[in-house]
Amino acid sequence: MIELKQVSKKYGDTIAVNKVSFKVEEGENLVLLGTSGCGKTTTLKMINRLIEPDGGQILINEADVLQQNPENLRRGIGYVMQNIGLFPHYTIEENISVVPKLLKWEKKKTADRIYDLLKKLHLPENILQLFPSQLSGGQQQRIGLARALVANPAILLMDEPFGALDNVTRSKIQEEFKELEELKRKTIVMVTHDVLEAFELADRICLMDRGEIKQIGTPKDLLFKPANDFARKFLDGQRLALEFKVIKISDLWPNLPNAANNDAKALNPAMTIWSVMEMLSSKGTTELSFVNKNDERKVVNFNELSKAFNEYKKHLQP
Amino acid sequence: MSEQQTLWQFMSMESDKLLNQTLQHIGLTFISLLFAIAIGLPLGILIARKRKLSGTILGIAGVLQTVPSIALLGFMIPLLGIGAKPAIVALLIYALLPIIRNTYTGIIGIDKHITEAANALGMSKLQILLKIELPLAMPVILAGIRTATVINVGVATLASYIAAGGLGEFIFGGISLNNTNMILAGAIPAALLAIILDALLSIIQRLDFKKLRRILTAFPVALVLFSALYILPSAYGSGLKAGFTPEFMGRQDGDLGLKSAYGLKIQTVVISDAVMYQAAYSKELDVISGYSTDGRLKAFDLKILKDNKGIFPPYYAAPIVLQSSLKKLPGLEDALNLLAGKITDSIMTDLNYRTDYLHQTPTQVAKDFLIKNKLYKTPRNGNMGTVKIGSKIFGEQYILAEIYSMLIKGNTDYQVETKTGLGGTKICFDALVNNQIDFYPEYTGTGLLAILKPDAKLVTKISSDRDETYRYVRAEFLKKYNIKWLKPIGFNNSYALMMRQKQSAQLNVNTITDLKNYLDKN
Repeated sequence: MIELKQVSKKYGDTIAVNKVSFKVEEGENLVLLGTSGCGKTTTLKMINRLIEPDGGQILINEADVLQQNPENLRRGIGYVMQNIGLFPHYTIEENISVVPKLLKWEKKKTADRIYDLLKKLHLPENILQLFPSQLSGGQQQRIGLARALVANPAILLMDEPFGALDNVTRSKIQEEFKELEELKRKTIVMVTHDVLEAFELADRICLMDRGEIKQIGTPKDLLFKPANDFARKFLDGQRLALEFKVIKISDLWPNLPNAANNDAKALNPAMTIWSVMEMLSSKGTTELSFVNKNDERKVVNFNELSKAFNEYKKHLQP
Repeated sequence: MSEQQTLWQFMSMESDKLLNQTLQHIGLTFISLLFAIAIGLPLGILIARKRKLSGTILGIAGVLQTVPSIALLGFMIPLLGIGAKPAIVALLIYALLPIIRNTYTGIIGIDKHITEAANALGMSKLQILLKIELPLAMPVILAGIRTATVINVGVATLASYIAAGGLGEFIFGGISLNNTNMILAGAIPAALLAIILDALLSIIQRLDFKKLRRILTAFPVALVLFSALYILPSAYGSGLKAGFTPEFMGRQDGDLGLKSAYGLKIQTVVISDAVMYQAAYSKELDVISGYSTDGRLKAFDLKILKDNKGIFPPYYAAPIVLQSSLKKLPGLEDALNLLAGKITDSIMTDLNYRTDYLHQTPTQVAKDFLIKNKLYKTPRNGNMGTVKIGSKIFGEQYILAEIYSMLIKGNTDYQVETKTGLGGTKICFDALVNNQIDFYPEYTGTGLLAILKPDAKLVTKISSDRDETYRYVRAEFLKKYNIKWLKPIGFNNSYALMMRQKQSAQLNVNTITDLKNYLDKN
């Protein structure tokens, strides 16, 4: 668990981070979202003391990070960055082994762990003897992730981890990222300026502007209960897409027509509108059926979906 | 073809010396490089950490780099004496700038995301330096070491000025003795050394990271091994130490004569005339080869050992002029001959003393002398042409050049251009032959032994009589080079062995034979 209490950072006369406080629960994924210069990266880097705060307290599992040896602290926290920062003069194997070596792991243990990770990240074994410059951008980013994960840190800090990738590679790696079992157990703080990415990956989003937190809450909170004008306007450009990504079939359940048949291929209502629409447009089918825990059955097509969605939104208006 | 033959013959004849000098040269280069790396690398790292210091430190290293090498070697003598120590320090000072600068540039040039990643993974500052920064900066650092190595191979030739050995002994000896083969025997190996070391380091520099790592562990070992090549010239048993100029080493009326006529065996180093007297004064050397009229004799309280077997015959000093210049510039000969017979040995010694010890300028000394002898005339500022005067690189010649300059300006309508400080007999004489200067003061002995080089029989026959020598060189120069010896200036200059007054009295050594007997006994 990570807790920030009234944390501040100044550069000369400019206040980069102003009295920021938040908590990240164990296993939670908190995304720091905002435009460049809003203080999100500074906030992230203060957690592992790459940047030293000027005021306030940062606690990890109730221990003040400022009281700890910074090197030992960092060895226990995974760190993934936009520019990846692989060491160009190290082979891939040596790059991944940096932290285990610092922690003086046995060679066998390190090697086993590396093979395990390679498999999970869909990377070939022969990659280990190559140098970073011989890898594609996507492969390099996966190695960067492997390097951060290899020593099983409970906490992972990610600074725009997908920022340097092209669109196709990025969505592919984001998918893998969501699927990775290892990451589901970890406490993650991630920085991004990409609203869609934040909504896709976050349990909660911390929206920042000019060094201050504007709103902190679930994606749904941000969309439907904006705390202020800034939060509202920040999401306006992509509002519809975000709503489709956030609202699930289960949210629309009462507004959907009951199904007559007993379709054996009925789907789980935890799917978002976005993914249902993707299925409807790609599969060539006009209807999809769902079944919930209580064995209630509903049927969905484009028409019904937009009707139910509008109903749902009407409800939300105060 | 025959030229190459003789060079080859010279090199094989002197192969022992050549090998020894080459090893010394490599040794000097690498010892100083080793120290320069030991100092420059940490300094480069320091200023990469504390950027505010970078301007100051790079500035100081830069200023040190611009100090002329000879001057730097001169500064070292009072501090470190002569020999290996001052030479190594001077060389390391020249090697410092490229090493500091490239270490600094190499480290600050590293992508800051890489160091940030290293930091974030929990590497300590030392680990980041050793495992990330230095390896990544290594190609740039190696480029600096490469530059420093090539500079050092070049500057190390000057080490022979202060008795530290190296290939400079051949080069400067050759220049003084007008011996092209000797110059090339030193210059060619020095150039090859620079080229080979440069090529080797460029190969290392271009290796990829994997191979570089293996090489880098071998690099310091090689450095130390090469450094060990520097072995000081082996000592004879005696406690006395002699310093002779490169020219003296190769002349019949010099070291060769000392060996054949006296059988003198003394531990000898080769040293520049510019620092030799100082070194004798500060007890770095006990016996030196000086000139009998040198003012520093008086200044440093030195005593001439009597040449009881007469191997240093006295020689006249006189201006030697191109015949073509005499035709082109009528009246020049008369103006120059105004000085004929005017400067005796004691006057020359006194004039030298004024510049060397009282630190008066040669111009002042020249003017005072001319006024005293009623030879001074106010310059006519004429515009009939220009006379180009040359001089060698020691005090007496500067004074003579100034005196001639004033005589020409006062007695003719010519303007004067002086080219003083021409490095040695060869440089001066070549300048004259190639019409770069019109005349310079030369000594009949040098004309005979360093330029004409007749066979040994003739030399022994005529060199004991200074007038015969004068007649011979006058006739030969006219015939061979179309150069005329004017009337002698009056003083005789010859080589002389010198010791400190005090030591000479202590050991009761007054003649060269005394010296030999003393050395044989001890």
